[in-house]
Amino acid sequence: MTVTASDLLLEATGVSKTYGAVVALRSASLAVRPGEVHALMGANGAGKSTFVKILTGAVRPDAGRIVVRGRERTVHSPVEARRGGVVSVYQEPAVIPDLDIRANLRLTDTPVDAFRHWLSELGIDRLDLSAVARRLPLATLRIVDLARALAIEPDVLMLDEMTAALPANLTERVLAVVNGQRGTARSVVFISHRMIEIGAVCDRATVLREGETVGVVDVTAGSEDRIVELMLGQIAGESREVAERTARAESAATPRLSARNLAAGTKLTDVSFDLHPGEVLGVVALEGQGQDELFDILAGSARPSGGNLLVDGEPVSFGHPADAIRAGLVYVAADRAEALLMQRSVRENIALPFTARPARWGLIDLRSERRTVDQAVQTLQIDARAGNEVRRLSGGNQQKVTIARWVAGGVRTMLCFDPTRGIDIRTKQQIYVLIRDLAAAGAAILLYTSELKEVQLVCDRAIVVFGGHVVEEIAGADADEATLLRAAYHLRSGAQLPEELTAVAER
Amino acid sequence: MSASAATIEGGRARGVGASAWARRNLWTIGLLGLLVLLIVFTKLIQPSYGAGGVQSLAIAVLPLGFAAVAQAIVVIAGGIDLSVGSMMALTSVITATLMQGQSDVFGVGVVIGVMLLGLLLGAINGGLVVLTRVPDIIVTLAMLFVWAGFALIVRAAPGGQASPWLMTIVNGKFFSEWVPKAGLVLLIVVAVVWIPLSRSKIGLSIYAIGSNQLAAFRSGIAIGPTKVIAYAFAGLFAAIGGLSLTASTGIGTPVPGPYTLESVAAVVLGGVSLAGGRGGVFGPIVAVVTLQLIQTDMTFLNVNSNLAIVAQGVILIGVLVLGSVLEMRRERA
Amino acid sequence: MSAIADTSHWRSTGAWRTLFRDQPTVPLVGLLALLVVAIEIAEPGIVGPAWVGVIVRAAIPLAILAGCQTLTMLTGGIDLSVAAIGSMAGFVTATLIHSPGGAVQGVVVVLIVAALAGAVTGVGVGVFRVHPLIMTLGMSFVVLGLSNVWQLQTVQTGAGVPPQLRTLGSGGFLEVFPYSLVVFVPLTLLILFGLRRTGYGRLLYAIGDNPIAARLSGARSWQVLVVLYVISAVLAAIAGLLVSGLSNTASVSLVDGYLLSSVAAAVIGGTSIFGGRGGFGGTIVGSLILTVLNALLIVVGLPEPSRQVVFGGIIVIVAAAYTRVTAES
Repeated sequence: MTVTASDLLLEATGVSKTYGAVVALRSASLAVRPGEVHALMGANGAGKSTFVKILTGAVRPDAGRIVVRGRERTVHSPVEARRGGVVSVYQEPAVIPDLDIRANLRLTDTPVDAFRHWLSELGIDRLDLSAVARRLPLATLRIVDLARALAIEPDVLMLDEMTAALPANLTERVLAVVNGQRGTARSVVFISHRMIEIGAVCDRATVLREGETVGVVDVTAGSEDRIVELMLGQIAGESREVAERTARAESAATPRLSARNLAAGTKLTDVSFDLHPGEVLGVVALEGQGQDELFDILAGSARPSGGNLLVDGEPVSFGHPADAIRAGLVYVAADRAEALLMQRSVRENIALPFTARPARWGLIDLRSERRTVDQAVQTLQIDARAGNEVRRLSGGNQQKVTIARWVAGGVRTMLCFDPTRGIDIRTKQQIYVLIRDLAAAGAAILLYTSELKEVQLVCDRAIVVFGGHVVEEIAGADADEATLLRAAYHLRSGAQLPEELTAVAER
Repeated sequence: MSASAATIEGGRARGVGASAWARRNLWTIGLLGLLVLLIVFTKLIQPSYGAGGVQSLAIAVLPLGFAAVAQAIVVIAGGIDLSVGSMMALTSVITATLMQGQSDVFGVGVVIGVMLLGLLLGAINGGLVVLTRVPDIIVTLAMLFVWAGFALIVRAAPGGQASPWLMTIVNGKFFSEWVPKAGLVLLIVVAVVWIPLSRSKIGLSIYAIGSNQLAAFRSGIAIGPTKVIAYAFAGLFAAIGGLSLTASTGIGTPVPGPYTLESVAAVVLGGVSLAGGRGGVFGPIVAVVTLQLIQTDMTFLNVNSNLAIVAQGVILIGVLVLGSVLEMRRERA
Repeated sequence: MSAIADTSHWRSTGAWRTLFRDQPTVPLVGLLALLVVAIEIAEPGIVGPAWVGVIVRAAIPLAILAGCQTLTMLTGGIDLSVAAIGSMAGFVTATLIHSPGGAVQGVVVVLIVAALAGAVTGVGVGVFRVHPLIMTLGMSFVVLGLSNVWQLQTVQTGAGVPPQLRTLGSGGFLEVFPYSLVVFVPLTLLILFGLRRTGYGRLLYAIGDNPIAARLSGARSWQVLVVLYVISAVLAAIAGLLVSGLSNTASVSLVDGYLLSSVAAAVIGGTSIFGGRGGFGGTIVGSLILTVLNALLIVVGLPEPSRQVVFGGIIVIVAAAYTRVTAES
């Protein structure tokens, strides 16, 4: 069917943007009809986030037209975009941390009643409006942000990775609310890495690749493959390959890492497991079940309030990440901003752990350092062309740098906390392969992932943590998504899936 | 990685009204407690300490009090203003020079004009910070030279003459000899300007840009103009500080006093976070009074007056170390 | 956001920007040359070996103090205690001139005292995480106050700047090579080399760029910071000794005038006050720029107040130009 321009709520054509030498957008376009939920998709580095920033007025484009409700508009700030009916919810909530919620609403001229209405639609019935935002959990703030955006009643609502840091029960509510916008006068631009969500709520999808819109797809049952194909271009073939699983090392020997009844505060109550050399052990949990605290303890960032930790059978106690590193436990964080020196070179970033100890504060042997670093860069296939400053690398390459740092020194035990969060499929694939390779070479790897699909791809077995303790152990081969999800909700197999049971988890 | 949290419930604030207010202003209340203890201590070591002491305390506190308020506003907005002392010197010499030998009516005009000038000086500071995108500390460091230079151009040596009525505004008592005019002036001026400001949308915006600039931008706040406004208000309070200097001494002094760095110290002691977005102006004022009283006590105790400076440094460091130890312990718990 | 355009693009628009960002020293030297030409035009014949000697001699203490700021700024800090510590060093050495050990004893004593003060600052910043601005401000109050007390304690038994210091600070070989270069050149080499080629130097940048990343990589930042503030305080003391030698005076506020200039010199030299970016090479050029600028303004005949105004204006302009070319996007 043909759509004339006047039928469109939002239309962007030929949008381009260059940052110095880096072309972020070549020619992006987007056409959103009234009452549809429209997915904006693209691998990392495709220019998605730049496009969103341009549409919402945070960044000015070099060229291109943006038409809202048939009127051309040049937008210079989020507030102007909002006046034009385009409101965004970003990955980091646009809530002022030091002000209470009421003041935050006042700053944005949000009607309180409408806000309350949407808040309860989204699953939060009780919220003290005089609570300072800083003291609220991140997930609550994201919901507050979304409720506020809905209360303003925008023509176009842009949701950037809205479900990324949400626990499953809130995700359900968000998707339900988004779904409820279909067929209204309003439309939603929905950006997500999670294909299932796209399939569940979106009508059409616009796919970006290398800064260009490469296709618009009607979302139906079989359209996933088509979208992936468009996103990946010529490399689509390899993306479906599963990392080859090596035979698991026999675990008769002493485990590399043993946790015995680890506890910390109220979140982590009792976690025990053994991690053997050559093994990839998955950790599966809904948001906030104690996995953050567990990894903090293992990485030496926090002390446990109870339980023991054994490395190679010897009890250990970490007061600082340096202690964990000395014991061979290295940590890969999900948040790259936490792990990288953004203004420094790839080389300095990778070599950082070498000079951490005072004993190594002296002269650097540049030649041997270069050799080690180059080797790590090669192993991880890092595209270091913009390597003078890590901040100029793509997200996927940045994540590889954080891993390369440890690979360069030789890995005994690696703790990966959601290492593939927010990066493109191709890099994910490379990281899976790398993890398997490391395990094959004798390393022990503990992998927490929020993407349940990864468990079956990469892990030999997985432990499921719920309410601060291990509730189930599942062999890698049996760890399909449905099984894991049931276990993560601590449901008996065969019981209902969580959609109907959100109330339970909400408590 | 501990950023995410599990329980999805509402705010943890349980109480309402007074207790919520108390929790938010814990630092200021603690500081007030310290001040009360200090007053008791003063009375113990110097039984004759009374109304006269309060009078001179208030006069001594006045200029630094305004400087601390000026600094607090900028720091809340996420900046820092190293030119506060220079702006005070400039406005002080201009006031004294213009008022010399002129009528009272003209003097009133001068006061209004100097306050407007303060707004302008501050706005220039803020405008430069916004336009050049150079860090606040560097811009205001440069403006420290500029405003101090202008002050010396206006008048190379201390001199001029304040209108008599201006001097009577801050000197002396208000009915009771226990109520020094200087203290009243400080409180009234600050209350009249700050309370409406902090409750207004502009005030909220000032907190917002200091708290999280990106979130503020995305909430639709115009970052640049808000910052300029914050600096302009700082300039206004610096100008009032300059006026109070002239009012209390009767002349204008072109060389900046120690007000800039002491205002930074007072602001931090007063519970304003250097990271921005947190605190108020009353905490810093209490901090100024406390520091001044400590100095007074040291004279009573016959301690070498130079040790007062040492004490100020030690207190500054000590309080912050204490605050950080408490913070660490809370994190651990 | 990461697609890299063909690199020919770099040369046309990005070349200057890249030059500034990666080699800030080069354009800064250009600015310095410009100022030297300007002063030669303003007063023909002034630029000569002797003049260079005078400028270098004046710039050296500033450069060392700016070095303190550079090192601390790399970690995201700042050191406001350099002036108080420098003054203390010059002053206390002068009061110890008649002690049994003479000037040497004085110098050793003040270096130890400075190191102690630096260690306390470092513990405050590193262990107790007090904001460096406040910690060093507090330390400067403490040092200034104690220097005053010391001043009152030492009944003026004929204090004076030791002749050795006077020679070192203001003397020179054939008027061209100031003796203070004997101190400065090794210090410079040590700092430049230390920043580029040692693990400690890397950590200074790392902590300033991202303290969490440094921690997760196993660096204990308090160790780095304690050492840093000790280094900074010792450098400040050395600079203070040179200043007192240069001016042949010793007072508890001798170095105060250098404090803000030292921050300005580091900033003009391209060190970011937010940490993680910059170096000592630029700082040296920045110090020379400020010194020559001051000389130029004097030659032009501006009185002191106007000089201050112009001085402040130029700091803003240079910093703004610098920010413009190095800014991302």
